[in-house]
Amino acid sequence: MQTTTIFLTLLALCVLSFFMGRNRSRVVAMRLGGGLASLHSLPQHYGYMAAMWAAIPALFLLVLWSGFESTILYKLVVAQLPQSIQDMPTSELGLYYNQLQGFAQGGFGGTEGDPAQVAASEHYRVLASSSSQLKAAMVLIVAVLGGLLAVRRVTPLLRARNHVEKIFEWILFGSSLVAVLTTLGIILSILFEAIRFFKVIPLQDFLFGLQWSPQMAIRADQVAASGSFGFLPLLVGTLLISTVALLIAVPVGLMSAIYLSEYASRRFRAVTKPVLEILAGVPTVVYGFFAALTVAPFIRELGESVGLSVASESAMAAGLVMGIMIIPFVMSLSDDIINAVPDSLREASLGMGATMSETIRKVVMPAALPGIVGGILLAASRAIGETMIVVMAAGLSAKLTINPLEAVTTITVQIVSLLVGDQEFDNPKTLAAFALGLVLFFVTLLLNVVALYVVRKYREQYE
Amino acid sequence: MNNMSKQSHYKTTTAIQASLKKRYATERRFQWYGRLAVLTGFIFLFILLADIVSKGTPAFTQHFIKVDVIFDREKLGIDSSATPTEIAHADYSAAIKSSLRTMFPDASTRGEKKSLYRLISVGAQYSLRDMVIDNPALIGTTREIWLPAHSEAGSYLKNQVSKDLPESERKIKDIQIKWLDTLVEEGRTESRFNRTFFTSGDSREPEMAGIKAALYGSFYTLLVTFLLAFPIGVMAAVYLEEFAPRNRLTDLIEININNLAAVPSIVFGLLGLAVFINFFELPRSAPLVGGIVLALITLPTIIITSRAAIGAVSPSIHQAAMGVGASKLQTVVHHVLPVAMPGILTGSIIGMAQALGETAPLLMIGMVAFIMDVPGGVTDPSTVLPVQIFLWADSPERGFTEKTSAAIMVLMGFLVLMNALAVFLRKRFELK
Repeated sequence: MQTTTIFLTLLALCVLSFFMGRNRSRVVAMRLGGGLASLHSLPQHYGYMAAMWAAIPALFLLVLWSGFESTILYKLVVAQLPQSIQDMPTSELGLYYNQLQGFAQGGFGGTEGDPAQVAASEHYRVLASSSSQLKAAMVLIVAVLGGLLAVRRVTPLLRARNHVEKIFEWILFGSSLVAVLTTLGIILSILFEAIRFFKVIPLQDFLFGLQWSPQMAIRADQVAASGSFGFLPLLVGTLLISTVALLIAVPVGLMSAIYLSEYASRRFRAVTKPVLEILAGVPTVVYGFFAALTVAPFIRELGESVGLSVASESAMAAGLVMGIMIIPFVMSLSDDIINAVPDSLREASLGMGATMSETIRKVVMPAALPGIVGGILLAASRAIGETMIVVMAAGLSAKLTINPLEAVTTITVQIVSLLVGDQEFDNPKTLAAFALGLVLFFVTLLLNVVALYVVRKYREQYE
Repeated sequence: MNNMSKQSHYKTTTAIQASLKKRYATERRFQWYGRLAVLTGFIFLFILLADIVSKGTPAFTQHFIKVDVIFDREKLGIDSSATPTEIAHADYSAAIKSSLRTMFPDASTRGEKKSLYRLISVGAQYSLRDMVIDNPALIGTTREIWLPAHSEAGSYLKNQVSKDLPESERKIKDIQIKWLDTLVEEGRTESRFNRTFFTSGDSREPEMAGIKAALYGSFYTLLVTFLLAFPIGVMAAVYLEEFAPRNRLTDLIEININNLAAVPSIVFGLLGLAVFINFFELPRSAPLVGGIVLALITLPTIIITSRAAIGAVSPSIHQAAMGVGASKLQTVVHHVLPVAMPGILTGSIIGMAQALGETAPLLMIGMVAFIMDVPGGVTDPSTVLPVQIFLWADSPERGFTEKTSAAIMVLMGFLVLMNALAVFLRKRFELK
């Protein structure tokens, strides 16, 4: 039975349990002669309770079973294979296993495998079909039992509403835990793969190496360089592009925020701000396209017209477009912070005879500085983690340079180029992407934590 | 004494007046810096949009060429007793080629003939095949049929190719230009709305490539995202806003959500690859996994905006419901949530818009495949609109540049619609 079918049957059983529970409560109440008023809860609460009892344990079982089914099948089938095949490397064994699954599903009709594989595929087919039948049977039995048990328990004294609400509260709590589980999942999965990477490539080579060329043989018979994984050129490239981006975004964003919050009329502001915020809603792939096909050739021609040699995938182009992307981000953060500076400070300064710009530069800005620094850190974390613009407009070769007219590569570009295409999870080339991901995660996390701390401290100062 | 003081007073005043001029100039300059900054933002936005629209608009039209197609049995390679299967497998490409040769007998050398065939799209043979299958009586006759032009011929007909370039620097050859000019004079070319762009999947040929498969992929992916992120997000928001006790665990959850909102999306892609594809062995390239990953990305947005919406509900509603004996859950579900719903929906739509434009994490989980067929469900291999844009942007053919821009216009159109809906809901909400 397909999982969808099981799911739909389960749903039907739930609805059935609901009606049975509700009905039962009415019957019980009538039998006692007190009418519906003798029930502790409304009849539908008894129904909900029965439905929950039918659904929750069965769903739990279904998810668990489906989650571990393939792994257990794999273990069982592989254990039956001849020793010579079991000793193959994991990747080849995986391929062999995939083929065998194909035979079992009746694909690959023409290409017959060796007898051991055909036998194993028969073994697999039997196991898989009995597993899925058993799964369907068990799940549905648990659902029916749960529902019946709940219906049997219905008495006028049963506090069904409290019962249902308690379960519901747990479900709500579980939903809020998803965010924590996600973070945990990110840290664990990336850390796990990164550790496997550092077992092959020493940590100090990764952190302090000046050479990044991850071309390594994926299979033993492939000819390729041995690969070196020095991460510094990537870091420098990332910082270079982010710096260019911030040099564009901070002045424009900050000055726009100052103008809009201190000088502009209410109407001008109401029109301008949403229009500039369109820039934040444009998908990054669009910026990437714009950077690669319009801005990069333009900068190249501009540079050549004044006699500079500019790479066609210059850090300048990617940085400039990334800067445009984070203008609205810097603008709205600065805007919030400038607005949080109390008016009494402005009034005092203006009262002393300072002009508006003097007030802004000498009073408002120093007061807002910590918050603005926090905002810039958040923008920097955005720039460092941005992927599509650099994938499309920055280079692939890692060069240790701080010249924005040359092509550099970034952490995110390398993650994408390492993981798109051939993947083999016991090769350092693939695992390197996770090591880079780990660095990226912690750098952006650090920036965010510091920035949020600074901004919060600053807000408290004036509250 | 008195006189001296007056004098110094006078001096101070002149000094101040002299400096005032400078200070006012600084003030004006400062204001201009501000205007300039706002203007710069506008200019960037304008250039970006103008660039995309000017590049993409031509892609919405497609040129057709009227060819006298000779449905010659010999060229098609079928005899009079051909079965429907044989008709379906006949050589329509040869029929088109011979018809073109008849129209332009001046193509003599091998190279010239090849150039001649490149005027018509490779896909034309399939439309001919479908015509003949529908109407086998066509065989043996000669008909005037509008066939789609090859993308390079099309771009010449759209005046995108400058004739001043030397022949070696353009894709289209002088002799092809001569033929095309003849066709234009004879009224055998026509520009039509490009239906192919909306009715077909990806293709190696620019003139046959379309976004239908990517649109369906995006739809299935967003469906999964919404079905996961919306209920979980709203329930989490309800818990944190209404039920959560003030303790360490709650603080941890809150900090977590805020930090998760700032984690680069590519990291979520790594999570999807390591956990869902590698560990749980869900299918690669499938909207199911893409949707789960995007749901995790949009979850913080939905939780944060839903919390704000729930928190903004007036406490009097709580008190009234509790006062007539509703339980806490009943209060929330029956009274608070309906009032907060427009705000929650606004936040969810914004989150969905964010998910629709997301590309990087989907590259990680293999949604970069070349997809020609429309996916039939959430486990079929598929691609999404932004990834299709990424793939086309990488193609060297000129024809794909305009397709890319056109796909961007479609994507942005959807984003504008979603945001407009969000603004509309917010406005309705504010009126209450």
